[in-house]
Amino acid sequence: MRIQAGSVRAMVKGLLVIALAASIAACGDVPQTIMDPAGDNARTALDLFVPILWLSLAIFIGVEGFIVYSMVRFRYRKGNDAIPVQTHGNTKLELLWTAIPTVIVLGLAVMTFRTIAVQAAEPAPDAVQVEVVGNQWWWEFYYPDLGITTANELYLPVGRDAAFTLKSNDVIHSFWFPRISGKMDLVPGRTNKMRFRPEKTGEYDGQCTEFCGFAHAEMQMRLFVVEQEGFDAWVARQKASPRPSTQIATRGGELVRDRGCAACHAIAGTDVQGQIGPELTAFGLRTTIGAGLVENTDENLAAWIRNPEAVKPGVKMPALGLNDEEIAAVVSYLKELK
Amino acid sequence: MATTTEELNIEGLHLPKDPPGFKGWLLTVDHKRIAKLYLFTSMLFFALGGIAALIMRTQLAVPDAEVVDGQTYNELFTMHGTIMIFLGVMPLNAAFFNYLIPLQIGARDVAYPRLNALSYWLFLSGGLMLIGLGLFVAAPDAGWFNYPPLSEAKYSPHLGVVVWLISLGTLGVASLAAAVNFVVTILNMRAPGMSFARLPLFTWMSLITQFLLLFSMPPLTVAFILLLFDRVAGTSFFQPSEIGGDPVLWQHMFWFFGHPEVYILILPPMGMISDIIPTFARKPIFGYTAIVFSGITIGFLGFTVWVHHMFAVGLGPITNTVFAASTMLIAIPTGVKVLNWSATLWNASIRMTTPMLYAVSFVALFTVGGLSGMMHASVPVDHQHTDTYFIVAHFHYVLFGGSMMGILAAIYFWWPKMFGKVLDDSLGKVQWALTFLGFNLTFGPMHVIGNDGMPRRVYTWAGGNGWEWGNLLATAGSYLTGLALLLFGFILIKSMLSNDKAPGDPWDGATLEWSIPSPTPFYNFVAIPTVSSERPFWDAKYPAHRAAHGPGHEEAAAPDLYDRPDEHIHMPPVSYWPLVFGVGFTLFGVGFVFMFVPAIVLGTLTMLGSLYGWSLEPS
Repeated sequence: MRIQAGSVRAMVKGLLVIALAASIAACGDVPQTIMDPAGDNARTALDLFVPILWLSLAIFIGVEGFIVYSMVRFRYRKGNDAIPVQTHGNTKLELLWTAIPTVIVLGLAVMTFRTIAVQAAEPAPDAVQVEVVGNQWWWEFYYPDLGITTANELYLPVGRDAAFTLKSNDVIHSFWFPRISGKMDLVPGRTNKMRFRPEKTGEYDGQCTEFCGFAHAEMQMRLFVVEQEGFDAWVARQKASPRPSTQIATRGGELVRDRGCAACHAIAGTDVQGQIGPELTAFGLRTTIGAGLVENTDENLAAWIRNPEAVKPGVKMPALGLNDEEIAAVVSYLKELK
Repeated sequence: MATTTEELNIEGLHLPKDPPGFKGWLLTVDHKRIAKLYLFTSMLFFALGGIAALIMRTQLAVPDAEVVDGQTYNELFTMHGTIMIFLGVMPLNAAFFNYLIPLQIGARDVAYPRLNALSYWLFLSGGLMLIGLGLFVAAPDAGWFNYPPLSEAKYSPHLGVVVWLISLGTLGVASLAAAVNFVVTILNMRAPGMSFARLPLFTWMSLITQFLLLFSMPPLTVAFILLLFDRVAGTSFFQPSEIGGDPVLWQHMFWFFGHPEVYILILPPMGMISDIIPTFARKPIFGYTAIVFSGITIGFLGFTVWVHHMFAVGLGPITNTVFAASTMLIAIPTGVKVLNWSATLWNASIRMTTPMLYAVSFVALFTVGGLSGMMHASVPVDHQHTDTYFIVAHFHYVLFGGSMMGILAAIYFWWPKMFGKVLDDSLGKVQWALTFLGFNLTFGPMHVIGNDGMPRRVYTWAGGNGWEWGNLLATAGSYLTGLALLLFGFILIKSMLSNDKAPGDPWDGATLEWSIPSPTPFYNFVAIPTVSSERPFWDAKYPAHRAAHGPGHEEAAAPDLYDRPDEHIHMPPVSYWPLVFGVGFTLFGVGFVFMFVPAIVLGTLTMLGSLYGWSLEPS
């Protein structure tokens, strides 16, 4: 009996720990939670998840409650060595508890199919078209209607459909902004489509969620959902092709052109037209470097250019052997691209 | 006329004995020895997989940790998954197939004892190749699922993936051979009266598992060979090219195996607890027929749901809808099983032993994994949860909370039968409590951090996302679980060294294995039993408490299990050839990894030679 009580206590304790932990999480800052949707797909998915969660909780409490209750109530008591009644089963009960899950499953199926259909809707005619290309380990975003290419940071207008074409240049990646929409894979040799509509302005973090090799953990991205005017302004900035304003920035531009950067990177309106690495047009607007890895500050950028591998192990960009003065010039030039 | 074989008079009988010494173990074809070899080998492999998990949890305890680098982490999680599935849970189940199936059906060995030995040596060969070559040559690093193109030579240029393919191909042959063996054993070698309606539930669930292996292993092996071609012969089955080739093809082939594999891992433990719970409830299982048919249904449906691992691949809403429906269907037979196990506890007289605590934990924790599984059948929810820690939580509740709890229950339960020694039950309960707590602490919080967006398979994570507490708890829990399993090892060793002899029937069991001495004699049954119910030993012990099976049965005479001992017991002789074949296969495999032709040739010749010798041996 002593042991019996202990085992139940341990079970209850385990559950309490989980519940406690869950409540702590609910209070903290969770920028990537699926529980606070800011896009239509994430919202409809949550509307499906919440009832399933409650239903599961009810089943959980029912089953676990029954088990714990039976373990306590029907435990062996000293002195009572009578053999319990040898019941083999009960056909009516079996039918009942086959029927109940069947009904539950049917209900879930109907709800699920409806949401699948809702999420499979064609994009609206005015949708912003974006081609997403996965690379080890960064994202390219190409807006074909606008003629804009950018990397790792995506801008979308709030309340308008976004229609995505997803491709990969190397291995399989998966595109996910938890608060906006569920995932879609980028499969080499295939072209996937998806749509969603951001519903609240803000900054949203995303992440590659299909294991894609060495630096998979560091293949992040950011989405800025802005009002239409803000989006138009961003588009204009992408096309501005600014000239360097200082001597040092001009020197930086020459270094970018002449010292290897141009082999991989492209900057619209210049001779720098590499096609392998992330686009650097309007780089000054970017908030992060290394695919969402570190903030785009002068120091971080300088450290990146000095030795990318030290910032993001596995990155394919080599150290170019620039000295501190040259790095400062390149940083100055890049930060002016906006 | 007797209830146990110990009551039979065996004086003056010439009974066969275990082949002596170390050599006796190397050449053994005895299912019990092979079971023990499986058991201890897979425990060692399991410990390695556990160490890999602890290193990973240490790395993930806090944000931006630098315990291991990305490459090492990727190798660790690839090895952890592969080891736990193929070298941990599967062979632990195989240990019990080997030990229990012949005993539960009243046979003296399996149908093909030498093939059985071969299965073990091939398993050992595959395991050693994976661990040995993985540690000292190149570790696979493309995940246990090895999705191309990441697993192709272009993106994983070292030999790791080849090592993985060759080792797992070897393990696949071992599993297939064992599956054929157990199917034939169960179909053909049942004692008189042991009809399918009387088969113990562990044997039933094992039979279903063997069929799953038979149908799921071949497509996987084909996929292995095609990927090997891609890597060593320059084909492009799984990489896009002008002549075709598609990475998604691999995913179909892999998950067509991969999902039945889940049931391959969980059905045998379901069978174990279906024998354990009634024993300590002192009642028959509630709904024997329902448990059997739900098992068969799960087995069938298991082959129709594989695309739920691929909902985010972009196969389209129609495909996803169909597979969502088939996946949800599995909830029905699974729910039926859980309810039947629970109902067995009703009006029972429950003896709170360690195996019982573990068996009931299986039901309690597997229910959690089943419920989160339902969530992922729902495609839009899965699109949010897939490849996050929520999934990690889900399948560990199924495979650790389910399979491993069941296997731990089984080890505590059948250990006295296997080794003739009692396990310390008080210490066992402490060990159970630690495992239960450690497990929930590790995987419970992962539901929440996954829901909060933490992706899987990342070697590091950034602070400020609300994942700090969950990861820290999970790491603490993993250490506690590690401690619990160390204590488990201690309990086993303590029992081996002790003199606490176990009686033949320590738990008041219901099935045939408890009617013979502990440890099981070399020849199992000195007399072959005659079976007249699904609880033959219980009914023989408690004729007054035979359950009513229907009209007329109550009046039937109390059955006698055993008549008189057999005068001539024929046991299969030891054989060199399975071991020789295993060595040849290993040579071949290692040779193939390095493309070292002499080893390939020598290995092939060794295998051919052993088959020749094998065919000349007397049966």
